[in-house]
Amino acid sequence: MSDSTTPFVAPLSAAQIASGVRGGRLKALDVLELHLGRITARESDVHAFNLVMADQARAAAVAIDEAVAAGNDPGPLAGVPIALKDNMCTRGIPTTCSSKILDGWKPPYDATVVTKLAAAGAITVGKTNLDEFAMGSSTENSAFGPTRNPLDLNRVPGGSSGGSAAAVAAGFASVSLGSDTGGSIRQPAALCGVVGVKPTYGYVSRYGLVAFASSLDQIGPFTGNVEDAALLMDIIGGHDPMDSTSIPEPQPSLMDVITQGVEGMRIGRITDLPQGADPDVVEQLELAFEALQAAGATIVDVEVPAFGYGLTAYYLIAPSEASSNLARYDGVRYGMRVDAADTNTMYSATREAGFGEEVQRRIMLGTYALSAGYYDAYYGKALKVRRLIADDFDRAYTKADVLLTPTSPTVAFEFGSKGDDPLAMYLCDVYTIPTNLAGHPGMSVPYGTGQFGLPIGVQILAGTLGEPAMFRAGAALERSLA
Amino acid sequence: MTPSTSSIGGVSERITAADVVKVAKLARLDITPDNLERTTAQLAGMLEHFADIDALDLDDVQPMTQPYPLHNVFREDVVLPSLDRDEVLAAAPAAQDGRFRVPPILGLDG
Repeated sequence: MSDSTTPFVAPLSAAQIASGVRGGRLKALDVLELHLGRITARESDVHAFNLVMADQARAAAVAIDEAVAAGNDPGPLAGVPIALKDNMCTRGIPTTCSSKILDGWKPPYDATVVTKLAAAGAITVGKTNLDEFAMGSSTENSAFGPTRNPLDLNRVPGGSSGGSAAAVAAGFASVSLGSDTGGSIRQPAALCGVVGVKPTYGYVSRYGLVAFASSLDQIGPFTGNVEDAALLMDIIGGHDPMDSTSIPEPQPSLMDVITQGVEGMRIGRITDLPQGADPDVVEQLELAFEALQAAGATIVDVEVPAFGYGLTAYYLIAPSEASSNLARYDGVRYGMRVDAADTNTMYSATREAGFGEEVQRRIMLGTYALSAGYYDAYYGKALKVRRLIADDFDRAYTKADVLLTPTSPTVAFEFGSKGDDPLAMYLCDVYTIPTNLAGHPGMSVPYGTGQFGLPIGVQILAGTLGEPAMFRAGAALERSLA
Repeated sequence: MTPSTSSIGGVSERITAADVVKVAKLARLDITPDNLERTTAQLAGMLEHFADIDALDLDDVQPMTQPYPLHNVFREDVVLPSLDRDEVLAAAPAAQDGRFRVPPILGLDG
C-alpha cells in the first residue's frame, strides 16, 4: 500500500489468524513475519512505534507453533500480532508514555492486560507512540516525534493512542490496545478508519496502566472489525483483585451477541447535541441511522442537555487528577533525574526538563483548580456537572438502548493545523468526553469516507455495562456496509 | 493562595502572572520568565471558556467522584508476593544500601 487514502484491508482478521494457528493451518511465525515485513517497509514513514520487539515476538511465535505441534492449544488469540500503547507496563521492557521523564525505565511488573494477552497466545510486536502521558488528540505531543496517519502521511492519526490506531491501519499489527480518558481510543480509530472501543469504567483492569486521570482512564482495543473487538474484550475484560475499581460482576461474552442483529432495538438521536461537526461527518451519521433502521431498529429522539458542558467538566477534572497522579515523577524512584544540591531544586529541575509543554500546562491547570480558595469554584463545581451529565445520560437510556453521534467533528487534520491554541485541540473530543465522565462505554465504527476520501467514524454509546447492545449495533452497522 | 479578585464561586475569575508563579511552585515546576506571559494567557483563555458552567444551577447537585459505585474494597489479609526490591531499585536514578538515594532534604531552598 502506498501513501494513499485507500484503507489497508487485512487479509485475515485476528479471529481467522487465531483459528488458523490453533488448527495448524497457519504458522504463527509466518503471520508475524508478514506484519514485521510491513513494519520494515513503512514504519520509518509512519512512526507508529516507540519500540519494535521483533526478536521477542519471533521467540514467542516459535513457542506458539511448537505448542500447536505438540498438540496443545495456545489460546483464543494464538499467534495474533498485537501492539500495545506505550503507557502499559511490560516487565523488563521500556515503558515511556512518550515522555522524556520515563526514558529508559523498565517496569518491574506486567500490566494485567499484558498478562492476559500472553496467556491467550497473542504476540506483542511493539510499544506504540502516544501524546505524552496520553494528553492530546493528535500524537503531536510525543517527546519522540509524531505518528503519521498511514492513510495520508501529511495528517495526524488522532490521539492520544495514535500509534496504536496507526499500527492497525497500516497492518503493522493485527490488533492493538489503547487507553481512553476523554476519547483517546475512539477519536484515533475514527481518523484511521479502524474500530475502537472504550469499555465501561471498571470493565478492564487498569493495573499496570500508567495513570493519567484515574476516575476516567480505561483500556480498550483497536481492531479491523467488530468481531475482533469482541474477541479482545472477552479476553481483556473481567474483575481483577489488583484494581479495586474493577467491576466484580461477571461480563457476558460479546462474541455471543454480535450476530444477534438490532431488530427491535431503540437507537437514540441526541436532539440537543453540540453543533460543529463537518457536513461530511453529519452525512455519514445520517446514513448510519438509516442503515440501523433498515436493519429493524427504531430511531428515537432523546435529550442530553448537559452534554455540551462535558468539555469544561473534563478539563477541570482530568487535569486535577493528573496533577496528583504525575506528582510521583520527582526524579527519586524511576526515570530521569536532573541533579541538584537539594531535593526541592532536584524535583523542579527534573520535572521541568522531563515533562513536555502540554503535560506541564495540564499539571498547572489541575494544581490551580485544586488549590485552596479555588477548589470549590473549579474542581468541586466540575464534579457536580459530571453528575448532571451522568444523570442526563441515564434518563436518555430509559428511552434508547444505544445512542449514535459523530466520533470526531472532522476527518484527520493536517499537522500543526490546531496552531498554538490548546482549546482548538481540546474541541476534537467534544463528542467523546461526556461518556468518560459518565463512566459509560462507547465505540467508534468506520462508516464510509468524507473529505479527501478520508475515513469517518460513527460513535455508538451505551449505559453502564451496555456493551452487548453497543456491540450488536456496531456489528449491524458494519454488516450494512458489506 | 488568596483569591485576588471578585466573583469567587464563579469560574470566570482572571488568573494573574503572580497566581501562575505560585501554582508552578506548588506543582514543583520551574517556570521561566519568558514562558510566564504565554502560560498565563493560555490558562486565562481556558478558564474563560470554562466559565460556561457558571450558568448552571448546581446548588442541589451531589458531586460525582467516581462512575461506578464501589465502596470499601477489601482483600483477604494474607501475604502475597511483592515486587523484587533489587529490580525496583535498579530502575531508580540513584540507589545505595537497598534504598533510594536523594540529595539533602534541607538545602538552600529549605
